[in-house]
Amino acid sequence: MTNIAPSLARQALRIGARRYPSTSFARFSPTVTSTVGGHIRTYVSETKPSNATVNVDTTIQADKSAFLAQSGKRPQDATMPTTGMSADAMMSPAAGILKQATIMDEGTRPIYLDMQATTPMDPRVVDAMLPFMTGLYGNPHSRTHAYGWETDQAIEQARAHIADLIGADPKEIIFTSGATESNNMSIKGVARFFKRGGKKNHIITSQTEHKCVLDSCRHLQDEGFQVTYLPVQNNGLVDMAQLEAAIRPETAIVSIMTVNNEIGVIQPMEEIGQLCRSKKVYFHTDGAQAVGKIPIDVNKMNVDLMSISGHKIYGPMGIGACYVRRRPRVRLDPIISGGGQERGLRSGTLSPPLAVGMGEAARICKEEMQYDHTRISRLSNRLLEGLLAMEHTTLNGDRERHYPGCVNVSFAYVEGESLLMALKDIALSSGSACTSASLEPSYVLRALGSSDESAHSSIRFGIGRFTTEEEIDYVLKAVRERVSFLRELSPLWELVQEGIDLNTIEWSQH
Amino acid sequence: MSLTQVGKGDMPYQVRSLYRSLLRQSRQFAAYNFREYAKRRTRDSFREHQNESEERRVQELMQKGIKELQSLKRQTVVSQFYQLDRLVVEGGKTGKQKGDGGGIMRQKDTGWD
Repeated sequence: MTNIAPSLARQALRIGARRYPSTSFARFSPTVTSTVGGHIRTYVSETKPSNATVNVDTTIQADKSAFLAQSGKRPQDATMPTTGMSADAMMSPAAGILKQATIMDEGTRPIYLDMQATTPMDPRVVDAMLPFMTGLYGNPHSRTHAYGWETDQAIEQARAHIADLIGADPKEIIFTSGATESNNMSIKGVARFFKRGGKKNHIITSQTEHKCVLDSCRHLQDEGFQVTYLPVQNNGLVDMAQLEAAIRPETAIVSIMTVNNEIGVIQPMEEIGQLCRSKKVYFHTDGAQAVGKIPIDVNKMNVDLMSISGHKIYGPMGIGACYVRRRPRVRLDPIISGGGQERGLRSGTLSPPLAVGMGEAARICKEEMQYDHTRISRLSNRLLEGLLAMEHTTLNGDRERHYPGCVNVSFAYVEGESLLMALKDIALSSGSACTSASLEPSYVLRALGSSDESAHSSIRFGIGRFTTEEEIDYVLKAVRERVSFLRELSPLWELVQEGIDLNTIEWSQH
Repeated sequence: MSLTQVGKGDMPYQVRSLYRSLLRQSRQFAAYNFREYAKRRTRDSFREHQNESEERRVQELMQKGIKELQSLKRQTVVSQFYQLDRLVVEGGKTGKQKGDGGGIMRQKDTGWD
């Protein structure tokens, strides 16, 4: 009650100070007064960048002067009670927190929908890795002390988890730095081993393989190997008759990926495995996109070598694994030689945190495979239905033999790269991450027989464990809006709307 | 009352208590995708096993849940240390600055431009 009188007085003073005698007029129509009065009176704080940021230096200065005024001491001279720290040091963290405070009213971070490039690390994986980054730092190959034993044990457990995921024996899992190294190791290793024998010098792979397989094969071509790049059918699948025809007596290895990274088609692994086994040819498969997402059993599929990647199964980057069959034994020439770790196939000290992280990721994938798969299928159907409901859109790759987490759709009459630019609030890609820097159309889509225009206008959507329904709805809405916007700009779209078939047009030559 | 202190006969109470703590902890994730996943996974796995009648099995699942809760507690703290901007789908807030100047702090680190 005591502070009513002063505030009343202040109010009265303020009214008295007003330029216009009619207070009621001023109160009820502020906009009118401001225009009449000739000076701008803003009732909403002006929007400018400096208003929206905190100047840390100024804040520290203000803190310091306030401290000096209050205590009569300079902050660096005063010691804070109970902590033993100087007041100066206590003050900067406050400013530091202000600097760190990035809480926003509305988000600006794009939605992540590129799960084929990499997946976020599962918090449970981080939880398993943290002890090995802090306390358990022994070299797993040290056999003389407990530090080595404990990390070695953890790595063996991780190996068992990975083996369990693909139905293999733990001894058949070789840790590498990633799927690229595994692919190189498998293809070059087997080929070079056979070259020493001097009998087999032929490799079969498909045109839609990952770059690292194709490049390894190209490299081996320079070393005198013959390579057959099998074409694929329109739906992205390998033709079994063609494959059988391509296998020669001197064929050393067949390398065909399980799930394609750009279009998500699942190759007929069991048939290929059976064929290779009957012809006594080693069968290597790049399972980076498949392991942990679809059920895989290396014995049922007769796979001899398989590449696995850690960061595609919600594990850490920088680690992968290679399955190398022991019975019947697959002989490799190791690329990296050294201390003889990992059965001598891949020397070098293993990283316990990464290996443990990958093992934990594999364990979670095995445990959650059913749950994740039903969920991803549901989201994928929702996305696909929405996208295909738009006119002139097509799904690339086979609809049935398809991993649902990878949806590759062509939007005709829209340039893919410009659509990616327009969809800045969604993290997407038009193809594999390796080739995303170049503007070339995807060689995978070209291999499917799609035209240059169609390959240029395709976008890959990757759905994963952490994708939500809201995100899918947001993406659908955004894509719909922006595709129609970009089409409105396009003269080709105008022609199509008028009912002119673009293929009949004779474009004048310059 | 912590879970270990409750008598063995009071299983339904323990289960409900674990469910609530898991959900409560899940909400603490700073990252949108992990938060939504943790909530959804908790709800779905309890629903999946709601008709479990065998005592031993329930005990097993409880142990698993408690382990998950412990890891959740650690990971939510880690998540809160390294906060990033929110995603574009998050919120329900307008993004307009209201009230006194400089109330909302912004940092742009989206990776592009």
